[in-house]
Amino acid sequence: MDWLAALGRGGLAVSARLGRANLLMLAMLGGLAELVRRPRLLLEQLMSVGVLTVLIIAVSGVFVGMVLGLQGYYILSRFGAEATLGVMVAASLVRELGPVVTALLFAGRAGSALAAEIGLMKATEQLSGLEMMAVNPQHRVLTPRLVAGILSMPLLAALFSMLGVYGGWFVGVGLLGVDDGTYWAQMQSQIDWYEDVGNGVIKSVVFGVVCTWIAIFQGYDCVPTSEGVSRATTRTVVHSSLAVLGLDFVLTALMFN
Amino acid sequence: MATRLSRHGHEVPAQHHRLITSPMSRPPPSEDILVRIRGLKFYRGQRAIFDGVDIDIPRGGVTAIMGPSGTGKTTLLKLIGGQLTPDAGTIEVDGQEVHALSTRELYRLRMRMGMLFQSGALLTDLNVFDNVAYPLREHTKLNPSMTRKLVLMKLEAVGLRGAHQLMPSELSGGMARRVALARAIALDPMMIMYDEPFTGQDPISMGVLVQLIRRLNDAARISSIVVSHDVAETCEIADLVYVISNGKVIESGSPQALHEGGGEWTRQFMGGLADGPVPFHYPAPGLESDLFGESA
Repeated sequence: MDWLAALGRGGLAVSARLGRANLLMLAMLGGLAELVRRPRLLLEQLMSVGVLTVLIIAVSGVFVGMVLGLQGYYILSRFGAEATLGVMVAASLVRELGPVVTALLFAGRAGSALAAEIGLMKATEQLSGLEMMAVNPQHRVLTPRLVAGILSMPLLAALFSMLGVYGGWFVGVGLLGVDDGTYWAQMQSQIDWYEDVGNGVIKSVVFGVVCTWIAIFQGYDCVPTSEGVSRATTRTVVHSSLAVLGLDFVLTALMFN
Repeated sequence: MATRLSRHGHEVPAQHHRLITSPMSRPPPSEDILVRIRGLKFYRGQRAIFDGVDIDIPRGGVTAIMGPSGTGKTTLLKLIGGQLTPDAGTIEVDGQEVHALSTRELYRLRMRMGMLFQSGALLTDLNVFDNVAYPLREHTKLNPSMTRKLVLMKLEAVGLRGAHQLMPSELSGGMARRVALARAIALDPMMIMYDEPFTGQDPISMGVLVQLIRRLNDAARISSIVVSHDVAETCEIADLVYVISNGKVIESGSPQALHEGGGEWTRQFMGGLADGPVPFHYPAPGLESDLFGESA
């Protein structure tokens, strides 16, 4: 019977965490009006969450695009279809790799930083201090970070895809001799604005919400000790990565039938 | 004396709150009570942190809440500040029942309370000046020039005007607490709660903090609640002391009265005696049987 009790306890704990996460989201949404009055808070977080993540996204985008160019050329040239290399690179990036890899990198870089920052603020009583100064820490500290994460993710995914397309172009056109005009023309004619680009943007917005929400919740809900903060950052990366991969499948199935 | 076992297995007196009166600790009139706690019960899981606690904190004085580590002294401050909700009982601050207030009313009340956290709780991304200015910028519409003057005056009061451009990471522990104290008095509150203000301080910092607490209390005519287990420093400035242990108030009175007329447990705590009702040895079988018995 012990295993049954343990299973029940585990289930209750998970339900309680989900409940707390939802309540936290509601509380953060309650701070949106305040954020409109204080846009500076959002700008600061856009810098810390978004701009400081650009480098890793940009470098990764270029290399992923270059690898796609190489692999794509290798496979397509077997069928004499290397002229469609641009389409293959762009479609892979815009539909899948852009949103997914950006979200995974975002979780590793910005998500873990968010969780650690909020967890440390909790451990050093800064959040309690704000409460005692009659300042709502959920509105003042968490809401700007949530909105910054949601706004940053699609922009970072767009940057990733754009630089990936250039990486594929560099390898395909620059090194392997694919025709420059064909590379771009095929891409322009085959990539659909709504079906491909629009759905990729929707995915990245969803991933932005999920990754930022998980990071903020893990930091806010952590045990306020060094070990607790460390566990929160680890959980942020693990839970965000699993959520992104799982949601990607669901969204892809829904979007592309 | 009747005794019972503490959660650590130590014997402690059966706890009936004793008020030890002396000329310095006459109960204040009802209207002079700033914080009134009645029948407070608070549990963490199955463990009772407070089990029917009654405390009156008078206006204008320094009231110390003392007791061993882990007795819930910090929890008591969080309950008074409305950061935690009691399982039973009421807490009134300045006539307002804290846990019956709406969020807006609670925040309004908190603007009249200051709290000095054990760690200082300074915002690490702001410098000293901005930390002290934070509550002023949040809750007042003072122009930058007036804010600057007020911040520098508050920092002057704690002796750190010259450090206003430093970051929290550049401050010593004692300086951080003084900056936090300047921030706590920024809005001229009616009361300040101090959470273990002396812990981990060198003798000079400790002396500075002791003097500051008393001086600010008297000069600004505020009320102070000091939670601490540093007996000597706290008794030096306290007008009234509550000793709590195992979820109850054991005794209360002036420091002098507690030293002279306190029960056995209180005398051990106040005197820092190694042995007494809280025994030096953790409960164990006899030494002889442990050394030479069957298990040896």
